[in-house]
Amino acid sequence: MSTKARVMPSPGIGPDNEAFVAAAREGRFVLRFCDDCGKTHWYPRAICPHCTSSNTQWKPVSGRGTVYSYSTMQRADPPYTLAYVTLAEGPTMLTNLVGDGPCRIGMPVQVQFVDSEDGTPVPVFGRA
Amino acid sequence: MTTRPARACIVGAFEHPTRKAPDKTVAQLHAECAAGALRDAGLGKDDIDAYFCSGDAPGMGPTSMIDHLNLKVRHTESTDLGGTSYISLVAHARDAIVAGRCNVALITLAGRPRSEGSSGTVPRTRAGTPEAPWEAPYGITTVNGYGMVALRHMHDFGTTSEQLAWIKVAASHHAQHNPHAMLREVVTVQDVLDSPVISDPLHRLDCCVVSDGGGALIVARPEIASSLKRPIVKVIGSGETVRGPRAGDVDLTTTGAAQSGAAAFAEAGIKPADIQYASIYDSFTITVLLQLEDLGFCKKGEGGRFVADGNLISGSGRLPFNTDGGGLCNNHPANRGGITKVIEAVRQLRGEAHPAVQVKGCALALAQGTGGNLGSRHASSTLILERE
Repeated sequence: MSTKARVMPSPGIGPDNEAFVAAAREGRFVLRFCDDCGKTHWYPRAICPHCTSSNTQWKPVSGRGTVYSYSTMQRADPPYTLAYVTLAEGPTMLTNLVGDGPCRIGMPVQVQFVDSEDGTPVPVFGRA
Repeated sequence: MTTRPARACIVGAFEHPTRKAPDKTVAQLHAECAAGALRDAGLGKDDIDAYFCSGDAPGMGPTSMIDHLNLKVRHTESTDLGGTSYISLVAHARDAIVAGRCNVALITLAGRPRSEGSSGTVPRTRAGTPEAPWEAPYGITTVNGYGMVALRHMHDFGTTSEQLAWIKVAASHHAQHNPHAMLREVVTVQDVLDSPVISDPLHRLDCCVVSDGGGALIVARPEIASSLKRPIVKVIGSGETVRGPRAGDVDLTTTGAAQSGAAAFAEAGIKPADIQYASIYDSFTITVLLQLEDLGFCKKGEGGRFVADGNLISGSGRLPFNTDGGGLCNNHPANRGGITKVIEAVRQLRGEAHPAVQVKGCALALAQGTGGNLGSRHASSTLILERE
């Protein structure tokens, strides 16, 4: 994992992620669930990608997951670690791993929020 | 083995010899490629009645380029599947010919990423990309996306960096014979392992070149192909698909080639073992390994053993691949290597590859492409070609 801080580009705020960002500012990690098929997904969409229903809503989740794969970009200054994390609730999401120590596939991790360049919080993961 | 009759043939193929073009526009490079393919086919500009292009075409794509080339067409299409677009466009041109929409279709590609300073280590995002708010902050680039793919394959199947390096070694053995190749020096497995790590576990020599240039293809009705003086290359199978994180169901060790390849082999009525030469998209060494597995040249997870010990080197290996040196050593024009995959397959089938790498009696060849990023979302196209 990278040890130095990296300033992330802002995700921007728009109709797709406004509520997600508002929850993140309160420290809550939320996923989009479908009321019709009951499934969740990543990345969040207004229209359920499993069944095309528009009855989707945000719900808080555990923020726990395991590392699916990762790659540390040595060419960047500072280097940073891109990863996929499989959430306890099912979906696998693209993210960054932060914190010290070696990383491995299958390692348990926990979500935390980091401010991007304009202060918009972004979910990243560290060793659980 | 019986194959199906041709419904369309590749009658013209041209790879631009430049690898750095600071003083030319992208439109000029397209025009030079179009002229080259027409010369190769023995056709004139006014024989063209359809034009196909992709996201590299400047301006308003076909609207700008058909006018720039001063073509008179009755059919056109622009499809952006990234680097594999041109492999798909050959099949789409075949379909248009079968449907009676055209007789002679021109496909062009060109770009100047080398002159413009493009790099696979810097994130690029177009405005309005739907996943951008959820992915762009994390710095996904081409190389770290493929790094995650390689690491997961190593984890699941025990694949090693040494095995991946053999893919680059084989490409370099071929590139030494190509006077236009960017990298002509033969390298060893140790050279690859000793090159700096760009993004774990990929080294610099696991990555393709960045080059200016382009290429063009002409696809024609079989009767027209028969009237020309060039050896006949029939399009006998194709397939395409798009695959990605699937709303969170991520599987980084399976590519769209599993689907596009199966469709192409079924249409052609042949098996992977029948293929005598394969052009395999090689943005990175791991790209080749996954596609070989998914096309069925070996079982899933056995790609590392399949590519090791020079098995991809023409003349000595089991499956000669990328005999022009591929994207790893020769050329990756516009960061889109699909067209050069088809062009080298055509050279092999015509018997016009360099004598040192020409597959003897090459009658069945495959061109496989990946566009986008195997670490996120990608397109896959497979084309099977047969010499008449």
